[in-house]
Amino acid sequence: MTTVILRTAARYLLPLMLLFSVFLVLRGHHEPGGGFVGGLVASSSVILYALASGVRDAAHLLRTDPRMLIGAGLLLALASGLLSFFGGQPFMTGQWVSLVLPGMGEIHVGTPLVFDVGVYLVVLGTVLTIILSLLEQ
Amino acid sequence: MNGYESTILQAALLAAALMLTAAFLLAFLRLIRGPSVPDRVVALDLVAVLVVAAVAVQCIAADQPVLFDAALVLALVAFLGTVAFARYVERSGRDD
Repeated sequence: MTTVILRTAARYLLPLMLLFSVFLVLRGHHEPGGGFVGGLVASSSVILYALASGVRDAAHLLRTDPRMLIGAGLLLALASGLLSFFGGQPFMTGQWVSLVLPGMGEIHVGTPLVFDVGVYLVVLGTVLTIILSLLEQ
Repeated sequence: MNGYESTILQAALLAAALMLTAAFLLAFLRLIRGPSVPDRVVALDLVAVLVVAAVAVQCIAADQPVLFDAALVLALVAFLGTVAFARYVERSGRDD
């Protein structure tokens, strides 16, 4: 199953799908998208790489155990909720900051984005844990 | 958009929807009848491509640009499903 065509296609599709997953996460709060869909697209890109070049190469690509991603994502989501305690507000109250980036104008960044990144990592880790262990057999 | 252009657009959308329906029916026929597993896999891949086209048509008909992202995700992921099926077919052929 490691043909030249598939391996070459996977090499070009992997960055495209990862870029699209990041786009989905960043857009998620106000328009369709979000951490869950982004995580699914990102994990399917890694699964495509695993199908093309083998599970071992895909695990090497991640550089860490997929289960570490679950823990990191949960911690990140928890941290985004705890941030509101500093303002004396209830748990998970959204905190928003306005940033002025050169060339992009003013953008609003808030804790829901951090929470979405946490969801992204949890979904990525969960799906990859399941699929990679299934592919190994 | 003036009335003339909108008439052409409506006619094109209707024609596209009719042709897509015919293509769906033919692909499902192959999916049901297909004598071998690879025939069915190719039919499923064709159905996925047709769904991408149908979503794009609906995106124009409903004037909802957001729907286009669904077509984009589907086009990226449907390919993966076909690859996984191909792997399964290849592996089951080797075991026999």
